[in-house]
Amino acid sequence: MKTETVIESWVRDGSSILDLGCGDGSILEALRSNKSVQGYGIEIDRKNIKSCLEKGLEVIEQNIDEGLSNFLDKSFDTVLVSQTIQVLKNPKQALEEITRIGHQSIIVIPNFGHWKSRLTLFLEGKMPVTESLPEKWYETPNIHLCTLTDFENLCAELNIVIEEKKILDSKGTVSTLFSTWSNLLGSSVIYRLSR
Amino acid sequence: MNNKSSIGLIKPSSVKFDNSLLLECGKELKGFEMVYETYGKLNEEKSNAILVCHALSGSHHAAGYHKDSEVKAGWWDSLIGPDKAVDTNKYFVVSPNNLGGCHGTTGPKSTNPETNLAYGPDFPVLTVRDWTNSQALLADYLDINTWHAVIGGSLGGMQALDWSIAYPKRIKKAGVIAAAPKLSAQNIAFNEVARQAITSDPDFQEGNYMQTNTSPKSGLRLARMVGHITYLSDESMKAKFGRELKEEKLSFGFDAEFQVESYLRHQGDAFSKTFDANTYLLMTKVLDYFDPADEFDGDLVKAFKPILAQTLVLSFSSDWRFSPSRSKEITNALIDAKKKVSHIEIDSPLGHDSFLFPEERYVEVLKAFLGNQS
Repeated sequence: MKTETVIESWVRDGSSILDLGCGDGSILEALRSNKSVQGYGIEIDRKNIKSCLEKGLEVIEQNIDEGLSNFLDKSFDTVLVSQTIQVLKNPKQALEEITRIGHQSIIVIPNFGHWKSRLTLFLEGKMPVTESLPEKWYETPNIHLCTLTDFENLCAELNIVIEEKKILDSKGTVSTLFSTWSNLLGSSVIYRLSR
Repeated sequence: MNNKSSIGLIKPSSVKFDNSLLLECGKELKGFEMVYETYGKLNEEKSNAILVCHALSGSHHAAGYHKDSEVKAGWWDSLIGPDKAVDTNKYFVVSPNNLGGCHGTTGPKSTNPETNLAYGPDFPVLTVRDWTNSQALLADYLDINTWHAVIGGSLGGMQALDWSIAYPKRIKKAGVIAAAPKLSAQNIAFNEVARQAITSDPDFQEGNYMQTNTSPKSGLRLARMVGHITYLSDESMKAKFGRELKEEKLSFGFDAEFQVESYLRHQGDAFSKTFDANTYLLMTKVLDYFDPADEFDGDLVKAFKPILAQTLVLSFSSDWRFSPSRSKEITNALIDAKKKVSHIEIDSPLGHDSFLFPEERYVEVLKAFLGNQS
């Protein structure tokens, strides 16, 4: 199972969705075709915004770091945040906002605790460059990387409930084998959260 | 005509409506004439029509040229034409002169059939909804049931928004550009200064200047000068004029010494020669009155409830007349009303007037929005 399939399985038919950092809109477009969702993408990249408009998607040019106060409490069935949390200036505040706006939140993050990252740092003394974290330290947009354990501790601190989680291997495929050693073996992770 | 990318020579059309039009003020207009231009071809399905709405001082002449010798193309020529943002190879563009205007559509300069004299100051005060209703009659006449899009900047953007509220089934997309959900006190204040400039001109004669073959030119000129300042930004004025002088030295007098002074005077002069003062008063009132939330206790979300169109809200970073935050009010209310809306802020130094210029990203975004198939 792929990341997109997991996300689709957690989104109800005809529900509303806010996709923070929606990229070129591919996930939103698939959700619109397969799940008839009504949704908005939030994006700041010019090319991505153009792609969304060309796909006929609703896209709002807005910098998540500057706040999300224009969205009402529990105004969306799902807030989707795929590969975005780690690029934000204040992930803690963002997580509070995300769970305020959505009845549920789906978060996809890269796991900095993956064995490859640990090994590079431990053996080579270098910032890891892996499949899920492909950029070098000086050009990466990922300014707030964390491990699964770090993220789950933050959720606990904010009274956010982890309803479900799926561990992805380096190819982006869901793996059930990793459940025990997820923080070591998982390359990325998808959470379904509520508060 | 010196512009090869333009659609070229255009001939305006005109239509007479004999039936009465009930206006929001309660009065009836006993028939009216509407002047309009069209660009491009209506397809067989009649599904490619775009209505372009003009702003305060605009006209039906949005693109192309009326004659070879014309120097300036239509007011939105940079965006309407072959391969442009509003691509006339794809769309059939309709651009009317609004009711109350002074470019051929029935307005204060027209003859009142009841008195056989010009309406002058007796022309009824209009609203954006009156325009929308009159444009719907034009759509019927052109056999266009549903607009592919209604677009406009400033007051034109407000019309696009009103179309989506008043005739939700007749509009697929709304392009609301450099607009606001209603005027602020500051906006109304500027309009009032413009009106005072006109009405205090001795030539105004309580609006009856046509009877003496005069026009309150100096008042109109002043009104335009004030208005024009609000269309530009501090930044663009600095870039265009700075503190540059016309002559080398200060003259220690009160003639136009700085370039910006002579520019404003020139703009005011040109405008006062061609525009009708009563129309100007009327247009500023239409702006002041626009407030779709008014009948819903100020709740814009409720006002937007009927909307079915996909809306694109566009704002410009240096626009202080209708600033990006005013556009956000529209967007946020559309989101809260669960309507289809996209919102883009274009980085531009040109102030409110930005909507008239083909900034690369502006063109790209508008084109993508109009072209998508949802």
